[in-house]
Amino acid sequence: MKWEAVIGLEAHVQLSTETKLFSRASTTFGDEANTNVNLVDCGLPGVLPTVNKNAFYKAVKFGLAIDASINKVSIFDRKNYFYPDLPKGYQITQMEKPILEGGSIEINIDGLKRKINITRAHLEEDAGKSIHEGFKGTGIDLNRSGTPLLEIVSEPELRSSQEAVAYMKELHKIVTFLDVSDGEMSQGSLRCDANVSIRQKGETELGTRTEIKNINSFKFIEKAIEYEIKRQIAVLESKEKVEQETRLYDSIKNETRPMRSKEFANDYRYFPEPDLLPVVITDKEINDIKKHFPEMPKEKSIRYVQEFGISESDSSIISNSKNLSNFFEDCIKIVNDKVLLAKILVGDISSLLNKDAKEITDTNFTPENITQLINLISDGTISGKIAKDVLDQIRLKNIEPYEYIKEKGLTQISDEDAIERIILEILAKNPEQVEAYNNGKDKLFGFFVGQVMKATQGKANPKSVNLILKKALSNKHT
Amino acid sequence: MTIQFLTISQLSDLLKNKKISYEELVDETFLLIKKYSSINSFITLNQKQALIDAKKLNVSNDQNSLTGIPIAQKDLFCTKGLKTTCGSKMLSNFVPPYDATVVSNLNSAGTICIGKTNMDEFAMGSSNETSFYGNVHNPWKEGFVPGGSSGGSAAAVAAGLVPAATGTDTGGSIRQPAALCGLTGIKPTYGRVSRWGMIAFASSLDQGGPICRNAEDCALLLDAMSGYDEKDTTSLKIDPTKINNNINEPLEHLNIGIVREFKQSDLSVDSQQLFSNTIKEFENLGAKISEISLPNIVQSVPTYYVVAPAECSSNLSRYDGVKYGYRSSNADDLESLYVNSRSEGFGEEVKRRILMGTYVLSSGYYDAYYKKAQQVRRLIKNDFGNAFKEVDVILTPTSPSQAFEFGSKGKKDPTELYLEDLYTISANLAGLPALSMPNGFINGLPVGVQLIGNYLDEEKILKLGHYFQKETDHHLKKPNLEGFA
Repeated sequence: MKWEAVIGLEAHVQLSTETKLFSRASTTFGDEANTNVNLVDCGLPGVLPTVNKNAFYKAVKFGLAIDASINKVSIFDRKNYFYPDLPKGYQITQMEKPILEGGSIEINIDGLKRKINITRAHLEEDAGKSIHEGFKGTGIDLNRSGTPLLEIVSEPELRSSQEAVAYMKELHKIVTFLDVSDGEMSQGSLRCDANVSIRQKGETELGTRTEIKNINSFKFIEKAIEYEIKRQIAVLESKEKVEQETRLYDSIKNETRPMRSKEFANDYRYFPEPDLLPVVITDKEINDIKKHFPEMPKEKSIRYVQEFGISESDSSIISNSKNLSNFFEDCIKIVNDKVLLAKILVGDISSLLNKDAKEITDTNFTPENITQLINLISDGTISGKIAKDVLDQIRLKNIEPYEYIKEKGLTQISDEDAIERIILEILAKNPEQVEAYNNGKDKLFGFFVGQVMKATQGKANPKSVNLILKKALSNKHT
Repeated sequence: MTIQFLTISQLSDLLKNKKISYEELVDETFLLIKKYSSINSFITLNQKQALIDAKKLNVSNDQNSLTGIPIAQKDLFCTKGLKTTCGSKMLSNFVPPYDATVVSNLNSAGTICIGKTNMDEFAMGSSNETSFYGNVHNPWKEGFVPGGSSGGSAAAVAAGLVPAATGTDTGGSIRQPAALCGLTGIKPTYGRVSRWGMIAFASSLDQGGPICRNAEDCALLLDAMSGYDEKDTTSLKIDPTKINNNINEPLEHLNIGIVREFKQSDLSVDSQQLFSNTIKEFENLGAKISEISLPNIVQSVPTYYVVAPAECSSNLSRYDGVKYGYRSSNADDLESLYVNSRSEGFGEEVKRRILMGTYVLSSGYYDAYYKKAQQVRRLIKNDFGNAFKEVDVILTPTSPSQAFEFGSKGKKDPTELYLEDLYTISANLAGLPALSMPNGFINGLPVGVQLIGNYLDEEKILKLGHYFQKETDHHLKKPNLEGFA
């Protein structure tokens, strides 16, 4: 029997506004518990919400990026339920009239492109946090209470855990490029609920779905969905029924488990929030957002190739990451050899970033020290090999390339007379190899280069070495 | 010299002419309050702070009409550092860290907050009998209700303890107690007065306003209370009213409408007679009286009793024993903390309305109740819109009955009390300003009449009320308080 998975995602994106959605308390992450809380956030008797228009602008920006239709009049609703970290006993959200409807996000798996349609995206406030450690009982931290969220609901058009991850990565890219969110998954800025069901291939009806709540990393999205698909297939293959339920993913045991029914069996009693008037977005406001719309990865990628002549593959890698492309654009103003810059960013620097699992913004690399390095390479002062060493030293000790090269005497030898002298010495020391080379053993060329580099501690300009070595060997031949 | 029963303007003159000092006025006020404490109009007194505030005024000595005037605040306006209970056990220990906008507006106008008045629990009731802090006596007759929910405010003013008090009106809670206590009270246009710091009952209906001895004082107080507040997005972006300065300007060619659908037969014979007399009095003042139709007005009570409980069920969810307010000591897990704190902390009427509201919002019932009620509400609003094309002001009785004996209504059937709001509710549903003022007495108990104005027409109804009061003396009568002293 051939099974097919049907997956829809509800992504929660924390908007990077300075203040909360309905109060002017700060949204800073990681501060001491209950310090970014005002009267409104703790739901005191008599308080009222006021709308943060910046959250709307960010939502509209996202809408424009995914080609959604923007509801110019959007209405808030109350979702009523009791929970200790929900101070008002209801969450202000958008039910009937979300800010965005429709639109799509394109995913790309191994060159295969697919459009995933978006159902809707609505604004809502985040809840606080219950803290169970270090307390007798439970503590409540309301710092997060009221932080603006954009909940983005996809159509059930994803067919595998890989597609789900690709979708979330694409979403991450969009919201970070737009500066709609910082996208920090480890801080909960981007998280999702996954609705998963399976059916036999060719079937058009949807199977019974389960909802996996609150998954907060790409890896866990993949694993949780993977597990859930396998679990549901096993249930169906043993002729049992999948229960419609809400499940939690346990990343330690790598399994999903049903939540206690009390935790979600709510009738939320939605009704329009009477404390807030409908929020109107004008055409002028939308046009202002359009006017200041940031350049998106696709446009960047094309521009980099056209403007700086870098390769398409380098360009696409750089432009797909907000941090890398920002870095690239900062360097480009001061670097002459743009092609080399792109190569080093995508090559040596990226592999160091991968090694440390860091973003470039969290390292010692700066546009200044990388520009120094690129200039040192392109004017022939240091070789590529030395450059690798310099990068590592920046990474570990935050050295200044110019000073470091000078101090360590790593300047490349470009003096051709000096190089010729060394080469002739080496050839004289190795008559047997010279003869073998001249008898057609071309591979020995590398041996001679190696000897030269050894003698110069890698500082000889490789181009000059190649040129002079060839000439010297052919002289020996005649 | 006694200050009892004096109006704001009279007290202001005494202060201006140095016949009494700010401190003396405050002291006298507390003597009166203590003398008549059996009326039970106050929940919390603010004596210490009131004296400090009065002393401060001696220094500044900048006498405006409201400077140094003692005011009682209904106990659902948050007062910084002063207990605010909302008439409930649930908030019996709640001391707000902030002032309601109404409170800070009145404070900056120079008034002195004397204390917090008794009220129906969370403003749910028409007789002040749902208060956790006991019944309030109507100063006109011991053992009789002052009306509600702003019953303590009305009783305090009617007994002449303070010249004015704030109230809130969700379905008649300013006007009905004003009527039952022989006072003048106005519910302003929805959005005229900020709701920031006014503990919510039904957000789309709640509106604060004054209860005073006459329309002139109401104008003075409304001018100080009203105005746009950025902290309340439903407050209207308009300047505070400036009615008191113009209150004596003449009113010309005024058309007054009488509602065809309010049947005279709903009233007692005596009330019918009083209402007819009032119509004649207005005619004598030069107004043109005509009949208008509000076809959907008969639906107001059922509509209100869907919308208000729905909003209340949500607004009162925050009282869960977790953060502030009453917490049950019989709780061993989260579920029992919620259930027991709310079961023990709320009174019967509040629980009844939370249940009703929860029911009408439940999935499967929402369309049939809440959505339908909102549709009817729109129809009622439209009816008023049409009526105000023909007339300037609509005249109705304020309440179908006079003050009644404690416990005599609503015991078997709570909806009996809901009908108290028959004439007042529609102004809340439509968001219109409406004033109640005394128009006579039956068996020694005051009767009130209501003037409903068009959107933002507070000036018109207050002027008309003032005009009426210049020519009549119903509002000048005082109760005999011997039994309370």
